[in-house]
Amino acid sequence: MIALLKRDLALAVRAGGGFGLGLAFFLIVTILVPFGVGPDSGVLEIIAPGILWVGALLACLLSLDRIFALDFEDGSLDLLATAPIPLEGVVAMKAVAHWLTTGLPLVLAAPVLGTLLHLPLPAYVWLMASLAIGTPALSMIGAFGAALTVGLKRGGLLLSLLVLPLYVPTLIFGAETVKRGAEGLATGTPALMLAGITLASCALLPFAAAGALRVNLR
Amino acid sequence: MASIWQYANPRKFMETTDKVLPALTVLAAAVVVVGLVWGFFFTPDDYKQGSTVKIIFIHVPAAIMATGAWFMMLAASLIWLIRRHHVSALAARAAAPVGMTFTLIGLFTGAIWGQPMWGTWWEWDPRLTSFLVLFLFYIGYIALWEAIENPDAAADLTSVLCLVGSVFAFLSRYAVYFWNQGLHQGSSISMDKEEHLADAYSNPLWVCLIGFGLLFVVLVLGRTRTEIRARRIKALEARERMA
Amino acid sequence: MVLRVSDLACARGGVPVLEGVSFELTPGQALFLRGPNGIGKTTLLRTVAGLQPALAGQVEAAPDAIAYAAHADGLKATLSVCENLTFWSQIFGGPGIEGALDAFNLRDLADRQAQNLSAGQKRRLGLARLLVTGRPVWMLDEPTVSLDRASVTLFAEAVQAHLANGGAALIATHIDLGFDAAVLDLSPFKARPETAVDHFDEAFL
Repeated sequence: MIALLKRDLALAVRAGGGFGLGLAFFLIVTILVPFGVGPDSGVLEIIAPGILWVGALLACLLSLDRIFALDFEDGSLDLLATAPIPLEGVVAMKAVAHWLTTGLPLVLAAPVLGTLLHLPLPAYVWLMASLAIGTPALSMIGAFGAALTVGLKRGGLLLSLLVLPLYVPTLIFGAETVKRGAEGLATGTPALMLAGITLASCALLPFAAAGALRVNLR
Repeated sequence: MASIWQYANPRKFMETTDKVLPALTVLAAAVVVVGLVWGFFFTPDDYKQGSTVKIIFIHVPAAIMATGAWFMMLAASLIWLIRRHHVSALAARAAAPVGMTFTLIGLFTGAIWGQPMWGTWWEWDPRLTSFLVLFLFYIGYIALWEAIENPDAAADLTSVLCLVGSVFAFLSRYAVYFWNQGLHQGSSISMDKEEHLADAYSNPLWVCLIGFGLLFVVLVLGRTRTEIRARRIKALEARERMA
Repeated sequence: MVLRVSDLACARGGVPVLEGVSFELTPGQALFLRGPNGIGKTTLLRTVAGLQPALAGQVEAAPDAIAYAAHADGLKATLSVCENLTFWSQIFGGPGIEGALDAFNLRDLADRQAQNLSAGQKRRLGLARLLVTGRPVWMLDEPTVSLDRASVTLFAEAVQAHLANGGAALIATHIDLGFDAAVLDLSPFKARPETAVDHFDEAFL
């Protein structure tokens, strides 16, 4: 399974792998928001936690359909399904690879973009913490959505339609953590809920996703 | 032996519903009409809300049916995944647009009611928001059914989505309550009116609830019949191509 | 006996295509599947490989016995020949890639990226993958597409070496590979619509 993770990482960073696209998208979305709402730092300060979380979520969404679609097209998924490693493990490794190439860069880049939006100082640590805790759930939920739509012709749009409602709790608790951090309130509850969603997703969704993949392969 | 599962046989289902459905349709229509007429014309105006309060006779039953439909889809999906009865999968498919329509009715009547009462068409109140999220889940579920050509694969995948979606819908509901109280607590909107409801309102409301419940059953049975027929047509077409 | 298929029926897109298919593979034996386009050779192979459920009948094989090679080779364009093979070898926990490189004459191409290979070279790489799985039963779907004559010979030799080592192979192909093996024509097993249970339940198999 480690071999699968290594291969996916190698594919992502080589030419045409799409590594960095999500990050660039995150940057652009964050820069566009002030153009839309105006440069007033008072306004930006208030909406910064929400914008950063929505931006991260959309950036994650962007690369979801690649999780399984490429392997489906070139036949690798058939071969992985007949391999001795369980399909649940394949799903989990794919989600980990997606997080390492998409989620982790977002976590690291978020403070820079926070500066652009005048995020209050105490919120930075919570911004990074909440993204670090929450983005794995985004990748795992996304992998489930990708598994549902892998065989479909115009799966990309449908994938967003299916995955975005599933992202609602993660977004609420993630943005709430940062917001409370910015206001100097206690962040324990939303941060723990966020961690709970991530852990539960990682524990249960690989089974649902592997089930969906098996249906799509037959 | 007589068992509830015999109705999971498509042929048996068609035979039974063929006999039952017309009577059930008449009954549902009658109960809904009685409930609504009673509610609209034979109840007093509220001393505070005036006649606008009477929209509860549509709003509340529709909202309850909207969530009820999702629970029915969840149960039907589980039955399909475990026992693989086609009627169950098709009933889940049939219930989705009905549930979505009830959700929309709930949202619209809520807005119409909210405008004179709260002075706004829309408020990010937790209950309203979780209904909006439920609406999104319905859209996704229906879109997935439409997108997949192989009927069995579609049934499997939508069932899995329904299971996972139910968990996340429940989480969203919790999250939304948390989110709004965290933002602006002391929201003046409280909708637990059932508890303060006078008998004059609650009796016709119960009739409306039963009527909407029957209406839901009638619509789902009728649509399931359509789905079964559509499925047969597909099979016949496939056979034509083979021959 | 490494693989026994008895009275198998399989469907494509919910429509039954084959029924009553039975055959056996013993160590050292190869079986060619023949039949016109659309008869269901690929469907049969996928069913036997366990990728899709059978409508009826049984497939008996030791767990983890089957290596399946479809039309698509499962190659990654930006990985080199070596990396592609190493990956599959690690996933299947099979032997090293040296034997596979030699058997399909890929040693000179070992460091070339798969996207810079010709169609025939890619196919050779895809077939070399079977060797690194270390599995006894090979299931091949039109393995010789885009191979030149020399490569077909190379492939035939690899299959024969595999059989000599006690392996078995199930091959859907139209061309003569140059060695003798049993042939199974699938035409007589075409599913007949009339036998499909009952007119009403036909839609609900």
